[in-house]
Parts: sequence; C-alpha cells; structure tokens
Amino acid sequence: MFFSSVIAYLSMAIFFVVMALNLWVFPGNILESGYATLESFFLFAPWVLIFLIPALTMRLLSEEYNQGTLEIIATQSIKDIQIVLGKYFSALFIWALTLLPTLIYFWCITRLDVDAAPADSGAIIGSYIGLFLLGAAFTAISLFASAISKNQVTAFLIGVLLCYLFYNAFYQLSQLDAFIGKWDYIIQSIGMGAHYEALSRGVVDTRDLIYFLSLIMVFTLLSKISLESRKW
Amino acid sequence: MSIQVSGLTKIYGEQKAVDAISLNINKGEIVGFLGPNGAGKSTTMKMLTCYIPPTSGSAIVAGFDILKEPLKVKSKVGYLPESNPLYFDMYVREYLDFIGGINGVKNRKAKINDLIEQTGLGKESNKQIGQLSKGYKQRVGLAQALMNDPEVLILDEPTSGLDPNQLVEIRKLIKTIGQEKTVMLSTHIMQEVEQMCDRVLIINNGKLVADEKVKTLSENNVGQYLVEVIFTQAVESVKLINEEVAIFEKKSDRHYILAGTNREIISELIFKVSVADGNPIYELKNLKRDLETVFRDITKN
Repeated sequence: MFFSSVIAYLSMAIFFVVMALNLWVFPGNILESGYATLESFFLFAPWVLIFLIPALTMRLLSEEYNQGTLEIIATQSIKDIQIVLGKYFSALFIWALTLLPTLIYFWCITRLDVDAAPADSGAIIGSYIGLFLLGAAFTAISLFASAISKNQVTAFLIGVLLCYLFYNAFYQLSQLDAFIGKWDYIIQSIGMGAHYEALSRGVVDTRDLIYFLSLIMVFTLLSKISLESRKW
Repeated sequence: MSIQVSGLTKIYGEQKAVDAISLNINKGEIVGFLGPNGAGKSTTMKMLTCYIPPTSGSAIVAGFDILKEPLKVKSKVGYLPESNPLYFDMYVREYLDFIGGINGVKNRKAKINDLIEQTGLGKESNKQIGQLSKGYKQRVGLAQALMNDPEVLILDEPTSGLDPNQLVEIRKLIKTIGQEKTVMLSTHIMQEVEQMCDRVLIINNGKLVADEKVKTLSENNVGQYLVEVIFTQAVESVKLINEEVAIFEKKSDRHYILAGTNREIISELIFKVSVADGNPIYELKNLKRDLETVFRDITKN
C-alpha cells in the first residue's frame, strides 16, 4: 500500500534530510562543536517524529472507512486483529526503512578524528534502540488515531496530540509544584520521555523495553476494538 | 441449500433495519433481492458476509454458521459491496494479487490470468484502477469477489451507475458466472430481475414481503386481470361495468383499461358492447403486469 504512493518515499527523504541538516549543516552542528556525538540527533528526532509518523499512518484505517474498502478486506477470510497487525507492521517496516539511512551518521562520526571525545558506540546503539521503539510506539498511537476517525486530517491531528502527550506532556506535568517530590517519578514513567532517555544512556533496561512493548500492545488492541465497533 | 436464513434481525438504536427475515436459497440459483432504498437489502447482505453480526437470528451460508464460523463463511463467499469500493492507487493485477494473498490462494498468477480473461479485463489489466471506466471498475470488483473461488456470490447493486452497454455486458457476465455458483444480487432495476434471476425476494421496511419465482410473479396478477381496449368510437363508461368487471383506468372516451377476476368475462363484455353499439374494436390487449407494477403494489404500504 505504501509503495504505490509517494508518502513512504517522501517521509524517508524528509526525515533523512531534516536530520542531516540539523546534524551537519545548521549552526551548532557536530563539526563546529568538536564532539563526536549524535546527541542533538536523538534530542531533535522525537519532535520530528511527532509530526512525521502521524502523517505516515493517518490514512491507514481512515481511508479504509472513507472509501468503504474496509468492507472488502473485512469480508475476506481473515480476522480483524490480522487487519490491524498487518497495518501496524507495514507502517513499522516503513519506519525502520526511514531510520536505516541515518545509520550513515553513526558511521560518519565514528570516522571523525576527535581526540577529545571519540564516539560512544554503546550510548549510540542504546539511543538507536530507544528511538526505534519510540517510533514504534508513535506508530501504534497514530494507528489508533486513524482507527477512530473517518477523516485523515482528524486522524493526523489526534495522532500528533496523543504522541505529544505521551512523549512530553507527562514529563512537563511531573514538574508541577504539586507533584514534585511525591508523584513526579511515577508520572514521568507513564510518559515515553523518561524511558527514551534511559535507553539513550546506553543502558538497555528490560523495564523500558517492557514499557514500550506494552504501550504498543495497548494501542494496537484499542485499534482493533475501534475497528470492531461497527459490530456494536 | 446454499443460504439458509432464519429470523435474521438487525436493530440500529430504535430502528429495525432488518426485521426477522427468513429465506432459503438453493444451490445454483440466481436470486434477485429487491426493495426500495433503505429497505434493509445492504444490511442483510452485510450480515450474510459476516461484516456485521445480526442483533438476533441466524444464517447458514455455504454450509457454515455466520456466527460460529465466520472465517469459513468468508472463505466460501464472494462479496461485491455496494458502490464497489476499490483501492484506486493500485494496479489491477496488484490488487487481485493482494486479495488473493489475503485468502492464501495458490497458483495466484494463473488464477489472476483466468479471472482477467473471464471478466474481460484483458486490455485494461495493466492500468491503475483509478483510471478505469466505471464498467471496468465493476469488472475488477467482480474479479475480486471471484478470487477465492466462492460457492456463493453476494452482489450488492452490481449494475448501479453503468451505461446501457456496460449494463448488458455486466449482466451477461453475472449470468455466466451464475451457471456455476449461487448468486444473490440486489438491484432497483426490474428488467434486470426479469432477465437474470430465477427467483425474486422483495423486502420492504426490513420485512420480506414476497418470495416468488420470477415467472409466477409477473404472470400471476394477484387475483386481477387487466385488459386494454380501444374502440373505434367513443363508448359510455357505464356500459363497461358490471358485477365482475371494473374500469381500472380511462385513458380517453374510447380507450379503457378494464380489470376483472376472469379474463373471459372481460372479453365477453367488450364483445357484447361492441356488437350492441355497432362499434368495432380497434385494439385489444391482455396486459401482463410487469414486475415494476407488482413491485410498486407490494412496497407502497
């Protein structure tokens, strides 16, 4: 589905170019700073993904509802959960393909000859795992947004909102005076930000992995429930 | 028996979209499903194809229960939804391959070629679906429905929106397909039913109001025969009425449509009037009530 339209290619290209500009060309880039680190990439990427992934997935189910093609695929001999999983994994595949070319940055900085601070491969690998999981979670969230709306634009906006909420809002919330020192840790750990940060330190903790995986499962399940709402 | 429906009901909120429908369709039959818009045709078809579950009642399609074994039902049924939804971005072969893939069809390439030939898509088979004309899109929809080699075909308004040439072609195609399969098709067009179907089911306000062989329905005048007569000169209406004959419609003072329970009695009266007045009969015709009239009579509440 993705490959018959330009959306996939466009999203890959946008991600690669925006990231490259930010990393290598814009003021404050790696070459100026003199540190062989992809930190700025991993800080900036989630903010791009908050918009990019909902744009990539907004059509997935909305379009099926809108065009009536859901009736075609839902009456083939497959279950609704298979439809949702098929959609999810195809979007995930595109996200993986989008992320893949940026490994070039990694290769580039290992090649940089910086005496002061050579590249910390461990942290970067951890960050990549974190970023991939973050994108995978965003994909599940925006798939759900697409599952609850017939309209692509609505699906996109809801997707952006939910991604933002899960990525950053819980962290911000935990910084309110009322929560500081009492609830801040718990509230933070509901959001993705804290888990992403933990992974980017290069420590792959099972708790963080489980967090992302369960978030993905919850939203995939919600999508399935929404898809089945036609039966109520 | 290919389709056995008993007490099938669908309630949306307060409204009964389909109200306790029961029907049987035999193997190999082509059955027309008629009804005004909003009568519950599509809803019934959606339930039979396991897209939505019934509120109550049950159905057995191609030997499997729609509630207990929906996957098996779906694997035996080919379905063309109303308004023929398609992925316009996809190419014809790509789309059929996708549908075949979902169904785990073996030898997909050969199957696709067969279907393209059967549905007459040959020349258009390398185009994008969005570029095809409506008639060819309909063929793609039919090819899609045939991809899993179904026993039962459920077609929701397969001919709506086609031009007269496309209509004829698609009808012919459905009739050919119908030789090997059980077909249930919905339509508004009466001639279509007369031309294609063995049996007609009429549904109105969610209820099944008629289930007849097409032949019986158009010949049986529901206890009333109509005879159209044109005299050479004017005739007073009163003369054409007696205990058993009534005027159904007066078209002019010499042109009448008479109704009665017995054809001979109507003819006899006409002959008597003609002889008594010395008024020769200019034209005399037995009216066959077409399905359209029957349909209107049955569904007009």
